[in-house]
Amino acid sequence: MTQPNDYGFGEEAALLKEQARKFFADTLPVDALHALVADDPTPDRQPSGAWLEESWQAMVDLGWTMLSVPEAAGGLGLPVAAVAGLVEEQGKAAFPSPLLSTLCAGYVLGAAQAQAALDEIVAGTIATLAITNAQGSWQAGDSDVTYADGKLNGTASYVQDARRAQRFLVSANTGGGIGLFWIAADTAGVTVEADAIIDLTRDQGRLVLQDVAATPVTDNGLAALNQAMPAVWTLLAADMVGAGEWQLQTTVDYVTQRQQFDKPLGFFQAVKHPLVDVMLQIDEAKSLVYNAACAIDAEPEKAAQFAHMAKASASGMAGYASGRSVQCHGGIGFTWECYVHLYFKRQKHSQMLFGDGSWHRARLADILVGAAA
Amino acid sequence: MSESARKDTPEQAEFRQYCQNWLANNHPGEPPVRLSLSPLEIMTNDQLGYLQAWQKAAYDAGLVGCDYPEAVGGGGREDCQRVANEEMLRAKTPYLPNVIGLGMAAPTVFFHGQEALKERLLPRLFSGEDIWCQGFSEPGAGSDLASVQTFAEKKGDKWVINGHKVWTSLAHFAEWMIILLRTDKSHKYEGLSYFVVPIKSALGKGVTVRPLIKITGETGFNEVIFENLEIDDSHRLDQLGKGWQVAMTTLAHERGAGQMVTPRSGGLKSKATHASNSTNLIELARNTPRGDKTAADDPLVRDAMMKSVIREWGLAQNQRRSRVPALQDHPMRLPLQNKLLASEISQDIASLALDIEGPASSLYLGDPNAPDGGQWPMAYMNSYGMTIAAGTSEVQRNILGERVLNMPKSK
Ligand SMILES: Cc1cc2nc3c(=O)[nH]c(=O)nc-3n(C[C@H](O)[C@H](O)[C@H](O)COP(=O)(O)OP(=O)(O)OC[C@H]3O[C@@H](n4cnc5c(N)ncnc54)[C@H](O)[C@@H]3O)c2cc1C
Repeated sequence: MTQPNDYGFGEEAALLKEQARKFFADTLPVDALHALVADDPTPDRQPSGAWLEESWQAMVDLGWTMLSVPEAAGGLGLPVAAVAGLVEEQGKAAFPSPLLSTLCAGYVLGAAQAQAALDEIVAGTIATLAITNAQGSWQAGDSDVTYADGKLNGTASYVQDARRAQRFLVSANTGGGIGLFWIAADTAGVTVEADAIIDLTRDQGRLVLQDVAATPVTDNGLAALNQAMPAVWTLLAADMVGAGEWQLQTTVDYVTQRQQFDKPLGFFQAVKHPLVDVMLQIDEAKSLVYNAACAIDAEPEKAAQFAHMAKASASGMAGYASGRSVQCHGGIGFTWECYVHLYFKRQKHSQMLFGDGSWHRARLADILVGAAA
Repeated sequence: MSESARKDTPEQAEFRQYCQNWLANNHPGEPPVRLSLSPLEIMTNDQLGYLQAWQKAAYDAGLVGCDYPEAVGGGGREDCQRVANEEMLRAKTPYLPNVIGLGMAAPTVFFHGQEALKERLLPRLFSGEDIWCQGFSEPGAGSDLASVQTFAEKKGDKWVINGHKVWTSLAHFAEWMIILLRTDKSHKYEGLSYFVVPIKSALGKGVTVRPLIKITGETGFNEVIFENLEIDDSHRLDQLGKGWQVAMTTLAHERGAGQMVTPRSGGLKSKATHASNSTNLIELARNTPRGDKTAADDPLVRDAMMKSVIREWGLAQNQRRSRVPALQDHPMRLPLQNKLLASEISQDIASLALDIEGPASSLYLGDPNAPDGGQWPMAYMNSYGMTIAAGTSEVQRNILGERVLNMPKSK
């Protein structure tokens, strides 16, 4: 299969992206975001996980939360590139919400053809993936949860939006392989322990399962995960591209306005050139995100390869852009009151989530070079 | 995805088919001589002769200059050069020798020259019969191009030129030069005017070309001395004092950010032409033993190679995205990155190749034990030509920071 020239990013996608930009900017401008999530600076604070819960219904009404549901399963059938545009805008606003988690769960459920669960997503249920073990392995199928005698036991770690989710899509060892389970948060035996995370715009926790009665939505969870993870990596990378763009523009504005040695800081090449490098890295990641998004729809045999590229690139960029954003702001950039830290923390969180740069490059090498001897 | 998988207009689709048919029957075959890595290191008449014959054949067949009007020797097509380039690359044809002519002189003459001049010069430029060179840099004017001093003095309806150009690629083969000259010493920018000047026909009559030897030991660029060279005013492009604006057209095309798509061919594999790309890099790693394994099994090498693969593919996708307006914030943001990224990526790839070769990277072309014939160390050295020429990487970063990000000028 071949990709369309424009990544499948047509008029509808452009309208969605613009609608999203406006929604996030109107709903939670950065000063309001700071007021909402950054009320407690103490290093040993308990996680607040604050978000605008009423924004969820608004996004459901806009149809956004079901964008990953396949058309045949009752979804809207928009190209992944369009969804990437929406998520890029979410990242630009550092918007705290379980939107991405729900979209990711939708992709895995779609791959598993789990119609009943997909119906719930279409109805506006908040969902998330619980597929990571205590080591933080990003290898699909590395789960600390086991399934035996109709019961789930064990803990899923690094679960995004753990306290916000109404449903968890849990991967578990079934003895014969990896099963996927659709678990309601209020089921007996389910506990969520919030992680005290650094990122103020995210929510994360451990999902503890004790004798939770369940039946798998699929026994071949590995196949569904392998099919859907490229979308997960790509959309997270899209969020990072958006956040990177905010970091770049905000820092460029600052160095253009702030004067030292009788010159705006941006006059000095030790400031200017690294910010150009931030732009180069954002553009590389962005191009790779839309290429990967397009591949998921139009060139699925290459989707994993291209999504590894996108997330590896975005991870490198996120680290660099974050470092430069603080450094180029000087002392003020090192304070809690300057908004730069919100994005710094979101980017550092995203950088490792679902595989850091070297993990994705190692997987890419397995594809392009072959497994190492 | 191959580039050509993008959807064609009906004209492009038909033309693509035509190109494919023609190339299937007209590939020039293995070169009878060792070719240099790029046209900028062509050293002998044998090399040039083979390449000129190829360019002429491709031009006569309509694969070169496709988007220029027929009146100036072009093909009169719409956005078809891209298609011809893709098909030539796919067919792995040799590169076109008249790179400066096609990439810089043609669009500059086309956008700024008088009709008669275009009709006279462009057909032989496209065919490669006339090789062109670019006389911008001088001993005192490199990155600060606008400080050129080579002077043109008006005498009647003639101009008399005196001065010194350097690093002039291909001048030793060139019939013509595009040249930035000072016509007024009292204004830095408005004192510049732009001309085309004959070189070969004026050798010994006001023009001297002296080859300079590059870091690799190759020749390819020169210094060019003008002593009372007389030219007619009809050789001027655009108005007097508009030289800087005309030069911007040249530079935009040189950096891959111009209006016209440069005719490009390449990919011919011969043992001496060896592009610094990640495909060749991975091949090298696979062929480099490390104990009972190969360098391609080493996790550090794999990581570094994948970084290059990702950057290379990112650049290809930038070029694709630059044609999707809805996914861009600033029209020049992606085009202005092209030259900087392409040169730095191939430099990093060549550098990594030397790491992979280890001590064998000390062996040069004359050593029978040199891996890949010693091409990687040569490519590594040559890569600095690319990060220096056509605006150094530092200058490119200034341009991006100032024109795209609107940061204050560094000057
Ligand atoms: C292989 C090759 C082929 C060439 N072919 C041609 C040709 O055909 N025609 C032609 O006219 N010219 C040609 N050139 C010349 C080329 O355009 C110049 O070398 C280039 O513009 C740099 O000028 P310079 O050599 O004077 O270096 P300088 O300008 O002296 O620069 C030296 C160093 O200082 C840095 N620097 C300079 N100014 C700044 C600044 N403002 N900010 C930060 N850093 C700065 C540069 O980046 C560089 O690292 C060629 C050069 C090479 C290497």
